[in-house]
Amino acid sequence: MSFPWANQYQPKAPLMRYLDEKLPLPRLVYNAVGAGYPVPRNLNYWWNFGVLAGFALTLQLITGIVLAMHYAPNATVAFGSVEHIMRDVNWGWALRYAHANGASFFFVVVYLHIFRGLFYGSYKAPREMVWLIGVVIFLLLMATAFMGYVLPWGQMSFWGAKVITGLFGAIPLVGEPLQVWLLGGYAPDNAALNRFFSLHYLLPFVIVGCVILHIWALHIPGSSNPTGVEVKSESDTVPFHPYYTAKDGFGLGVFLIIYCVITFFQPNALGHPDNYIPANPLATPAHIVPEWYFWPFYAILRAFTVDLILPAKLWGVIAMFASILVWFFLPWLDKSPVRSGHYRPMFRKFFWFGLIPAMVVLFWAGGAPAEEPYVMLSQIATAYYFLHFLVILPMLSWLERPEPLPFSITEAVLGEDKKAVLGENTTPAT
Amino acid sequence: MIRLIGILVGLAFTFTVVWAFGWGAAAVIGQGYLVEETAEHEFHEHPKDVNFAHDGAFGKWDLQQLQRGYQVYKETCSACHSLDYVALRDLAQLGYSEAEVKAEAANWTVPGIDPNTGEATTRPGTPTDYFPSPYPNDIAAAAANNNAIPPDLSLMAKARHDGSAYIYSLLTGYQEQPAELLRRFPDAETGVGLYYNPYFPNLNLAMPPPLSDGQVTYADGTQASVDQMAKDVAAFLTWTAEPTLVKRKQTGWAVLGFLIFATVLAWLAKKQVWAPITPVRRKD
Repeated sequence: MSFPWANQYQPKAPLMRYLDEKLPLPRLVYNAVGAGYPVPRNLNYWWNFGVLAGFALTLQLITGIVLAMHYAPNATVAFGSVEHIMRDVNWGWALRYAHANGASFFFVVVYLHIFRGLFYGSYKAPREMVWLIGVVIFLLLMATAFMGYVLPWGQMSFWGAKVITGLFGAIPLVGEPLQVWLLGGYAPDNAALNRFFSLHYLLPFVIVGCVILHIWALHIPGSSNPTGVEVKSESDTVPFHPYYTAKDGFGLGVFLIIYCVITFFQPNALGHPDNYIPANPLATPAHIVPEWYFWPFYAILRAFTVDLILPAKLWGVIAMFASILVWFFLPWLDKSPVRSGHYRPMFRKFFWFGLIPAMVVLFWAGGAPAEEPYVMLSQIATAYYFLHFLVILPMLSWLERPEPLPFSITEAVLGEDKKAVLGENTTPAT
Repeated sequence: MIRLIGILVGLAFTFTVVWAFGWGAAAVIGQGYLVEETAEHEFHEHPKDVNFAHDGAFGKWDLQQLQRGYQVYKETCSACHSLDYVALRDLAQLGYSEAEVKAEAANWTVPGIDPNTGEATTRPGTPTDYFPSPYPNDIAAAAANNNAIPPDLSLMAKARHDGSAYIYSLLTGYQEQPAELLRRFPDAETGVGLYYNPYFPNLNLAMPPPLSDGQVTYADGTQASVDQMAKDVAAFLTWTAEPTLVKRKQTGWAVLGFLIFATVLAWLAKKQVWAPITPVRRKD
């Protein structure tokens, strides 16, 4: 579906006309990310991160498939096979650094993409389905990244796997059998490493499928925009190509520069030195920490330190999963009819002075050792995190008085919209 | 309805975590300190500042230094520490000629198989061999070293925070245990068979000070002070941890050069494409 004024695909070359009759793949691309997709004209650079996430996924797939040609998923040789890649495989070091840092940068752009969605209310009707699929993608991404980090079979691989799978052991009754079933043993070993490798290869393709659904669902209502006012007429939109292909191209260049500075000049800065020590089940590292992109959730897990009806560990596990699952309910928790945070004075304050500081603290405390003052700080931030999504957002839609919205995107961009004066309205306003 | 349930669930999580905070805060107030003071907390030191030719975005190997570092490893460290992931052929990267690498490899004794009887034996190394381990297995290593297994050194420079500086600091950091430490933490006295070193995470190291002045005789005439040898072997181990380090940085500059050029073009293209529909900025 698209707006009635969308450009129509009209192949001119005979070959393209033939192809359009037999298999209209070029038409699909034209309508999805070409000149046939009308997009609000006022998207800012926050709207680049979807394309960048797609780019990061592709990068991970390509580097990962080549790495898998040289890697051996066996507990006795896995660590050595990674060193073989680093030393003996032509450009193997570049592939592995690109893949390891690619995972980090995938999370960077995905977090910024989610941030965009949270601030501009992209999760609200009519785009709930886009948001829901996005949360599924994020969960799949976390699972994939976690299993990928286990593959080099270093100390943090092993102990991270042990701690995270150990979380399932906190579930009453079925916990321990479930943990043994997941690992194929009582502790991570060859069985676990092999299945993690298999799933680490499978899940990215599941993510690709979900990304297709994510984009499909997005194309039904079309992209949101910084005003949160829906598209009303042709003057509100521009064709995706060339306008946003050009803008995304520039964004991609900036992204790649930052990514390559890290990959080529500080490739181990985002990793943990302990993962250059081969896995040793008999030697526990002083501080077991997951990769940086899991730190907020690790902080929430560790914030629950006291039994209250349920054991503290179980509280932590439930809260950690709930901290993401709550996003599934966001479109129905936040009922404010205004999407964009720009026009929501109270929401804006809670967002910038509540949620963002809380996330910063969770990131910081999650990577720190489990001692004071980090635990107490993460407890305050965790409390705010749940208050924000589950209490403050639902209440705001009752209490808040939004600021006046522009009549249309055109008015927001140009300062006036002639159709507003005439009262003309091509599609119903929302 | 969802909102009401959400508020209840949210309050449950909040209450529980605030409850935990309360207990934590009460404990802190009761103790009167945030983190218990330990000898490790108070006396552990971060690696010293030390510069290498390969540091920085334009760093290059100092091959002379790497050769000296290799000599220190060969004559000192290799008695106890393996270098499992490094092959003897890799020495060619330190500036040795093919004949020199062959001769150097032959200095090492590696495990072999007798071609006539098939029995395990030893033979001189060839460039295709890897550095041999000083011990046949971990149990032998532990038995020979007071139960502490000397770690493999191939990746040491990447397996510690600020690894190159850590190696240098550790090798030059042996000292008497400070009197203040013993006064404040009498239980933390360095045990028998251990050596005090503030750069080691738990301050007490099973490795005796391995270097002493003049321990090796450098072919290039460099004075073999402990400081010099520590620096040289730290440089050598940085190379063993990442032989492609210099190539990586050089590649990085080529990649960045291309990317910056392409990004400037992309910026100009974006400006060009958007120019017709970009309104003149309003001042409000």
